[in-house]
Amino acid sequence: MNRFNLWFGLSVATVLAAGFFILTFERPPVETVQSGYRGVALEQNYNPRQLNRLVAAQRVPEALEAADAEGPRASEIYENVRVLGHLSVEQFGRIMQAMTAWIYPEDERDPENTGCNACHVGGNFAAEGNYRKTVARRMLQMVQTINTTYANHIQDVGVTCYTCHRGQAVPAQVWAQRPANAEGSRNWQVAGEQNRPIAATAYSTLPSDPFTPYLLRNEQIRVISNTARQTDSDRSIAQTEWTYSLMMHFSQSLGVNCTFCHNSRSFAVWETSPPQRVTAWHGINMVRAINNEYIEPLRGEFPPHRLGPMGDTLKVNCATCHQGVYQPLFGTPMLRDYPELNPPPRRASLD
Amino acid sequence: MEYQYLFTRLQVRGPHYPGVPLGPDNEPRLKDQHGHSRLLGYFADAQLGPIYLGWLGSLSILCGFIAFEIIGLNMLASVNWNPIEFIRLLPWLALEPPGPQWGLRIPPLNQGGWWLAAGFFLTASILLWAARVWRRAAALGLGQHTFWAFMAAIWLYLVLGFIRPIAMGSWSEAVPFGIFPHLDWTAAFSIRYGNLFYNPFHALSIVFLYGSTLLFAMHGATILAVGRFGGEREVEMTLDRSTAAERAGIFWRWTMGFNATYESIHRWAWWFAILTPITGGIGILLTGTVVDNWYLWAVEKRFAPAYPAVWPISADPSIAR
Repeated sequence: MNRFNLWFGLSVATVLAAGFFILTFERPPVETVQSGYRGVALEQNYNPRQLNRLVAAQRVPEALEAADAEGPRASEIYENVRVLGHLSVEQFGRIMQAMTAWIYPEDERDPENTGCNACHVGGNFAAEGNYRKTVARRMLQMVQTINTTYANHIQDVGVTCYTCHRGQAVPAQVWAQRPANAEGSRNWQVAGEQNRPIAATAYSTLPSDPFTPYLLRNEQIRVISNTARQTDSDRSIAQTEWTYSLMMHFSQSLGVNCTFCHNSRSFAVWETSPPQRVTAWHGINMVRAINNEYIEPLRGEFPPHRLGPMGDTLKVNCATCHQGVYQPLFGTPMLRDYPELNPPPRRASLD
Repeated sequence: MEYQYLFTRLQVRGPHYPGVPLGPDNEPRLKDQHGHSRLLGYFADAQLGPIYLGWLGSLSILCGFIAFEIIGLNMLASVNWNPIEFIRLLPWLALEPPGPQWGLRIPPLNQGGWWLAAGFFLTASILLWAARVWRRAAALGLGQHTFWAFMAAIWLYLVLGFIRPIAMGSWSEAVPFGIFPHLDWTAAFSIRYGNLFYNPFHALSIVFLYGSTLLFAMHGATILAVGRFGGEREVEMTLDRSTAAERAGIFWRWTMGFNATYESIHRWAWWFAILTPITGGIGILLTGTVVDNWYLWAVEKRFAPAYPAVWPISADPSIAR
């Protein structure tokens, strides 16, 4: 009887332990890519199986046949073309076709809301009255701004609609403000914004929404003192957890370790940091501008089901473009195939 | 003869031993409370009890229970009193200290007052238990080594949750009660104060921590290895060295030229163990009070090495603009 109890207990413990290990740990191999001076742990870790999965998910669709840039302008032929009027008719048709495939691919089950009909009023391409058309115009202007203003972040790769949308009307990874974890009461109110495992902040217990303070508002991200002894930072540890949460989001979104951007011996010092940190710094500014100048102003346009639980828009963070990769689409310069997305030459806009 | 060898699969089961007679200052022992467990015997002494709780033990358990309940009920409140979510999210849940806006004032219960209450009862529970350790050791005529070892751990606990927050002027500097939250707090603490890696007392604490495990492994292995010569009778060997003690000593002298004695190895282990939290507590207490950025402090003191640059040197882009 005792022997039975012992074996029964041991087998239960073994099953539990096996479950813990299988569910918690990643099967090897792990490949390490060194990125800094030897012996200082400046390295990235990859599991080839997961890397293969990522590479497969980050394929760029084949480019449409290039369009002739000569010929009459879209604005001369079509009515009510406000953003892309500088394109040739052929280019205009091409980019409309591409946008349909990137954002609202034709779906036979719902022809009223997909394909051209997603943004255009059926039977009248020029008509207003569909919120998606208003949004799409603003998004085109956003793409133009990103590609012309934020070379310090996107370098010479450029972005297209596909960088975020990937064939979906709403990009897979967006954020909106969240209600507190539970209703505050006479008994409980502290830290309703943290201690929940969510993917965007890498399942940590840190605050779940580091985006509102840093990627919408412009609050101070830096928490570490710049002097050894006299403090020049009044940042508390609670405040540090907000910054830490934002950094976990960076890491999770780009599929990298802290050491992609930081020399972890000192997270604060710029002189010893990898150059990627500067790129990321410009990225923060870019995302903040996108959210404030392009997305939040559209709040009134969206129907309620396109807004978050608190009624704000579905906004952009690092994961929206990066989707787990250190360069969106592994750095494929997709924009080169779509010159239609470049802003009008200055001369044309003066016409 | 096998029963004379302590490291054996045999379980010796004699009559229940109720312990030495208690002096006049003691509560009577709980009566009729004894038993033997074969399963316990696989791991340690098969005899269970007698347990002596007394006033100190009872109060300590009561205070500990109150703290445990405050923490658990706050966690439950944070999941809208949903027991399934409570179990699912338990590793993430916490009772967080008051926010920085409260400084050292006592906030309402729902703003962090519960954290102070839980801390009070947990501290009371721990201190009562320490007093109980002292009293029980005294009742048995033992030295107070266990008490002082426990006090070393209490020192680190008090520095983290009480002394340093008071020195910093804010309860929010203290550790949350929670499984993952206290770990993320630890990482955030190191980040905020410029990397605890460069805190020499942190380094000392790690030395003593890892040293403790090393000493324990060396000592445990040595005694098990000389058990076949009766070497597990450590107290006797201390006074009357036998072939077991000689062989153990020669083994270490062959291996590293030097050996502890049957007596001194226990002092080594005890000091290593208690110096782990003592030095750790000093390191925590200096953080934010005396040193605000340990990396820059190490640069100033010239013990943070410089490495060759392998990429173009970055500059702060917020200044470069």
